[in-house]
Amino acid sequence: MIYMGQRKVRVLIAKPGLDGHDRGAKVVSLALKEAGMEVIYTGLHQTVPSIVNQAIQEDVDVIGLSIMSGAHIPICRKLMEELKKKGVNGKLVVVGGVIPNRDIPALKEMGVHGVFPGGTPFDEIVDFIKNNVKER
Amino acid sequence: MGVATYIKDEKDAIKEVILQSGIKIKPVYTPEDLERIGFDYKKDLGDPGEFPFTRSLYPLGYRSRNWTVRQYTGFGTPEETNQRFKLMISHGQTGLNVAFDLPTQMGYDSDDPMAEGEVGRVGMAVDSLEDFQIAFKDIELNRIGTGLTINAIASVMLAMYQAMAEGYGFKKEEISATPQNDILKEMIGRGAWIYPVEPSVRLIGDVIEYSMKELPRCNPVSVCGYHIRESGCTPAQEIAYAFEIAFTYIDNVVARGYEAEQFVGRFSFNLNIYGNLWENVAKFRAARKLWARLLRERYGVQNRRALFLRGIFGGGGSGMTKQQPENNIIRGAYYALCAALSGAQTTALCSFDEAYTIPTERAAIISLRTFQILMDEIGLRDTVDPLGGSYFIETLTKEMEEKILEEMEKVEKIGGMIEAVSSGYVQREVARQAYEYEKRLQRGEITKVGVNKYTEGVDMEVELHEYDEAWAEKQIKRLKELKRRRDQKAVKHSLKELERAARNGKNVMPYLVDCCKDYATVGEMANVFRDVFGEWQEPGIF
Repeated sequence: MIYMGQRKVRVLIAKPGLDGHDRGAKVVSLALKEAGMEVIYTGLHQTVPSIVNQAIQEDVDVIGLSIMSGAHIPICRKLMEELKKKGVNGKLVVVGGVIPNRDIPALKEMGVHGVFPGGTPFDEIVDFIKNNVKER
Repeated sequence: MGVATYIKDEKDAIKEVILQSGIKIKPVYTPEDLERIGFDYKKDLGDPGEFPFTRSLYPLGYRSRNWTVRQYTGFGTPEETNQRFKLMISHGQTGLNVAFDLPTQMGYDSDDPMAEGEVGRVGMAVDSLEDFQIAFKDIELNRIGTGLTINAIASVMLAMYQAMAEGYGFKKEEISATPQNDILKEMIGRGAWIYPVEPSVRLIGDVIEYSMKELPRCNPVSVCGYHIRESGCTPAQEIAYAFEIAFTYIDNVVARGYEAEQFVGRFSFNLNIYGNLWENVAKFRAARKLWARLLRERYGVQNRRALFLRGIFGGGGSGMTKQQPENNIIRGAYYALCAALSGAQTTALCSFDEAYTIPTERAAIISLRTFQILMDEIGLRDTVDPLGGSYFIETLTKEMEEKILEEMEKVEKIGGMIEAVSSGYVQREVARQAYEYEKRLQRGEITKVGVNKYTEGVDMEVELHEYDEAWAEKQIKRLKELKRRRDQKAVKHSLKELERAARNGKNVMPYLVDCCKDYATVGEMANVFRDVFGEWQEPGIF
């Protein structure tokens, strides 16, 4: 669904860490916007605690991380811990970027809901969010 | 990625070809096309080595001078990087191009909390002069030129390179380093920026001014259309933005009381190859010509060699795919062919496994072999500018020239590149192009083999370069030991002097060299600038 009750699905697209390659983050942001979602883009060089704070403040339904540096495992682990620490529940967590297939199971195991390596069709990402975002 | 849009009829015949830069290609070109564009051999081409250098910078092209191959290399600690450097040199590579890890590029020491998980990952970790001494041990720095892929703190790294080379007994006049040192493109596309726009550009100017006086064989700036293209802009925009960025740096130094003629001859460019072969060949030929002409017109540069558009034309990573990765070897070969047909002086390729991670040893050597096969087996050194005079290529070169000028004018209308970046204009334009491109790709209007056509379902697995967590521990341990061992008073003093120079608008380079020689760390030097200049806030673009 695009609308959760009365409001649009809200997505935080975040660029954690030092990696500055943001073509993917920007392109996906534009695609989600065109699909009718509200997108907040953090900009570059964000720390995990700052991403979680923004997710809380903006009251988003989805946190989407874009990671190109290869550091997706440690960053996602940190994000999941931070969400737990702050008692944040019910947000859909998805990750995109340069992610080898073999790392997908490890990411899923730590609680990441969706993994979208570079080249994933927009429709697949949009459908996944629509089908998995929680009603509140 | 980056091929043209093809409009076909129901029988698969091509009705229309539209290049990314917006130029339509005709099915046939004849002498009439040359007449239509007012083609004039002397004015538009000139002989190779003659103004405006459309055909080549050198009269004999690759006959007199083979190209330099400079694969982007670096990972882990300086020890691993030194080994890979030596391996590549032993296999015939003639230049180095250092990849730094993200903490180094962003001015953080390896033990900074911001560096966690990133030390040595996408490049070599460098904390102090000691690391450079290890990385460049036993390399003939008077013979091998080195690209330093770093921007926000390129000043720090060039100073460190000088300090290291002098320590090994080389004279500063004989070393040849090419720090990338292009911060505006980082703000548009690659994201490794730290300080606000104006002080960042001033640091670029400091490096150029210092090199002009002290490091005559160094190329103080490598203006990168490459990364802007990777971020999504068209080939015409790539050149237009690169030139506007270059003008910004020239203007900064000219404002200090110099003539462009004195320093612009050491500028170099880093430009991208992926997508349509013809569009790229025309792009490079048009770029060489325009650069020479614009330097003459705008800055009165007369010296022939100062008008050269020198640089690296390298295979773009965006062209590589995660699907059917072996195809990337073939793509790389065609990009290399394009570089050769375009008269590239220096070249490099993304290796076939780079859609996954940084290259394995094997993958890096395959890229090197690709270049060697072209030059040594296939005949690309036989004659200069082999496509020169083609009705098609000459027409397209002229049309590209016009497109580039059109895009430059758009930037100039809003007040030049500093304004265009500060306001987010270029970033917005690039993101829009990237999105449109991606949609066309997903709709199948642009073909990408193995991605949206001729797919195989299951991805093959490739052997991947492994990241070793032990590198970070080793690097942090070395840093801690260094901090205990060095002369603290000297470090404190040299950092204080650096701060004073930064605040007072003095050229920071000599002070950075002193800091490096006292083993101040990258983080300490970068933080001096953070304190003085602050950090950049990106403009919102959505």
